[in-house]
Amino acid sequence: MSFVRVSFQVNGSRVSVFVEPRTTLLDVLRKKLGLTGAKKGCDMGNCGACTVLVNGKSRLSCLTFAVQVDGMEITTVEGLSRGDSLDALQESFIRNDALQCGFCTPGQIMSAKFLLSVNPHPTLEEIKRYMAGNLCRCGAYPKIFRAIEEASRGVLSEAR
Amino acid sequence: MKLVKTRVEFEGRFRDEYVPVEEEEVEAWASDERLNVVGKPVSRVDAKSKVTGSAKYTHDVYPPGVLYGKFVRSPYSHAKVKSVNIQNALETPGVVAIYTKHNAHTLPFEAAKKFFGEEVNYQGEEVAFVVAEEEEALSDAIEKIDVEYEPLPAFLNIEEPTNQVTRKVYERGSVEKGFKEADVVIEERFDTQATLHNCMETHGCVVWWEGDTLIVHTSTQAIFYVRKELSEELGIPEKNIRVICSFMGGGFGSKFGAGRYTLFAAMVSRALSRAVRVVLDRVEENLVTGNRSQTVQKIRIGAKKDGTLTAIEHFALVNIGVDGWTADVGGPTKSLYRCENVRVEIVGVKTNLVSNTAFRAPGYVEGNFALECALDELAQKLGIDPLELRLRNYAEKDQLLNLPYSSKGLKQAYEKGARLIRWFDEPRVVRIGDKIRAKGMASVIWFGGGGPPAYSQVKLNSDGSVNVITATQDIGTGTKTALAQIAAEELSIPIEKVQVTLGDTITELYSPGSGGSQTLASVGPAVRSAARDVKTQLLELASQLFDAPLGSLTLENGVIKKKTGEKLATLEEIAKRLGNFVIIGKGARGPNKDEYALNTFAAQFAEIEVDTQTGKIKLVKFVSVHDSGRVVNPLVFSSQIEGGVIQGLGYALTEGRLVDNSGAVLNPNLADYLIPCSEDIGEIIAEWVEVQDPYVNNIGSKGIGEPPIIGVAPAIANALKAATGVRARALPLTPERVYFSINSLLETSKTNATYI
Repeated sequence: MSFVRVSFQVNGSRVSVFVEPRTTLLDVLRKKLGLTGAKKGCDMGNCGACTVLVNGKSRLSCLTFAVQVDGMEITTVEGLSRGDSLDALQESFIRNDALQCGFCTPGQIMSAKFLLSVNPHPTLEEIKRYMAGNLCRCGAYPKIFRAIEEASRGVLSEAR
Repeated sequence: MKLVKTRVEFEGRFRDEYVPVEEEEVEAWASDERLNVVGKPVSRVDAKSKVTGSAKYTHDVYPPGVLYGKFVRSPYSHAKVKSVNIQNALETPGVVAIYTKHNAHTLPFEAAKKFFGEEVNYQGEEVAFVVAEEEEALSDAIEKIDVEYEPLPAFLNIEEPTNQVTRKVYERGSVEKGFKEADVVIEERFDTQATLHNCMETHGCVVWWEGDTLIVHTSTQAIFYVRKELSEELGIPEKNIRVICSFMGGGFGSKFGAGRYTLFAAMVSRALSRAVRVVLDRVEENLVTGNRSQTVQKIRIGAKKDGTLTAIEHFALVNIGVDGWTADVGGPTKSLYRCENVRVEIVGVKTNLVSNTAFRAPGYVEGNFALECALDELAQKLGIDPLELRLRNYAEKDQLLNLPYSSKGLKQAYEKGARLIRWFDEPRVVRIGDKIRAKGMASVIWFGGGGPPAYSQVKLNSDGSVNVITATQDIGTGTKTALAQIAAEELSIPIEKVQVTLGDTITELYSPGSGGSQTLASVGPAVRSAARDVKTQLLELASQLFDAPLGSLTLENGVIKKKTGEKLATLEEIAKRLGNFVIIGKGARGPNKDEYALNTFAAQFAEIEVDTQTGKIKLVKFVSVHDSGRVVNPLVFSSQIEGGVIQGLGYALTEGRLVDNSGAVLNPNLADYLIPCSEDIGEIIAEWVEVQDPYVNNIGSKGIGEPPIIGVAPAIANALKAATGVRARALPLTPERVYFSINSLLETSKTNATYI
């Protein structure tokens, strides 16, 4: 078993870890860094619960090897808030009750975050299509759509 | 203290409980009572921790030095385990121990002998257990374990007349007489598939020992059931087991027991003196944690020309897997409509598949599909509107217990639902090119009155903040929030002042499992009683502090006043004066009133669009109107309805365990087993009727967890019939099936796989 050193930024802080080449970014985040917001729902890229941003783009961290993100910038759900100050999407998810058990929620929010970064005012159909990779067994979908729509309106007003 | 006998129901099974009653039961809120927190759309009290990623689920528990454990599982559904060779695997770097049928008996508990038999009886049954320092080493080692199997034939077909292990017959009146009196008789057969829970958080546990005490973090719907099971299996007292589940990633009926993974983890942890973590992967989750049962049902209904039901006969074969249970598939048939002559026969059949488990309204979802589709056929045969037919057979009382309902708002739900879906106001079938839009409906009956025992304590701190303590779980249903609302209401304080602690047996405040739509109706009244106790104590103290007669004092908006209106002190001021002498209120769920039947109801309407070129069904709109008594939190309540409807949509259209003729599951993952995703969701209108129920319990609430899933599949199937004239007789309604049936083609599958 060989280990390699990988260095990258997580939520604005530099990290440097020794990992096996086969170790996923998800496992590094959860086990080495204690950032357990991203969840392991399937470990096969089917459920979306592990979604994080890599250099601003949404990625399934269970299908990403840690060595692939050397030198890159990772944002996890923990990086969206600063103390009491939450991201507009987080506020909107709370206000609209866009979650039930909450297990898929970090992944939903990170996917929505990326969606709004590339399409600041998506239509309902665009939201449904983009979010199709983030499964929610509790069925919070209708309120997730509403939360994203509401946050997107907030994004608009902030931009003005 | 006096002992009261009361009837308690769980998932359709009734039992008598003896309840010691200490205090006077708090009266239910009156219909005109002005409530400030209860009934308001309050945000979830734990939402912030969920959206920031700080909520700690079982999966998120990694104690220092934890060992990882994983079972080696049989790829065969039925086989002899001839030998298990672990020699090569033991040398894998990181591996600490491997247990098989050859050495499991070395573990320091009798229960170890129950593992790893000479034969496996379903795919995924355990044959060995690997323990390693790193998770990655587990798969390395498992690859090197050499298991020699001798495959045996698998028993899979429940229609073969063997392996019938349970038979329950219910009869009232005489169906023979009833069918003789009928002007028309319809007879239908329906097949329903096994479906898999697929909770986003897979089953798992993290356990360790602190001296003689076993600490168990586990994703469960019932911390006390887990504790009891571990106590019995391990032979250690309950007092030495602490079960914790603070946040929980979904259960839907599949997480009531300790699970073999927890039992084995506890034994290995003891033997190795290390913490052990066993978290099932997604494939294991689909293979070994149970399912909703496959059924084959035959139903016969007799009726007069005017629609009056004269007889219903319902027969069902239920696939219970290797050692499961037979849910009450005949439940709706026995109770949903007024009918004097009813016969229900439910037969459980053992197969070489995993044991089934409860899954959101077990039995009722399957049985309601058959009953409500058959009723739709009857309506067409008689030329009566399907909703009108249901109204003509409205059951004013419970026909099993021969008791009045504590409340029943189904009629109002029908009316509201019909209005919202425009049942009578526009054509029910519209063709747009190759697509046809149509509507269908179904009715729902379920339980949800809750019952004892359930305990709570409410503590008033010296700063005026309040802790509500109870050992129930919040499995995502919003229990924590509803309980905070109830305590805040009773003490007339803002909800921000209330902190709810749950999910830990160390509080010893027993609460039932979070299932059967019983949580709020069981625990809510206990919390209200405990808060009332705090209030009573406060008023007693105030009476002495201010030398005012007790009867002259009230607590309003957090202020103790004389009934004349004179303000004496705020709740905070009194709490502060007490310093560390905190007030602790105790509350228990009182007995049920046995002179009433406690049930929930719903009217569900679907509008679908069928693409006749592809057979694909799209949900356009779904209206679900519920009678669940008082709604404590409309926001969270509507989330429950939407979630149930969406799970029902999966059951109706896409979900089904595909099994080949060797008994191997072909779709044990989320790529091939299709739970609904965002693109499948149409407009869902979650509604309810305000029904006052002063009898059900002191908060007037009934459950909402299960009712929303029950009528979804029949409402959609009835809409499909309206659209195409084709009666769907087997779920799920995949495009392939719909395409074949509307083109009158026989279903000719190219594989040997079936939905069972």
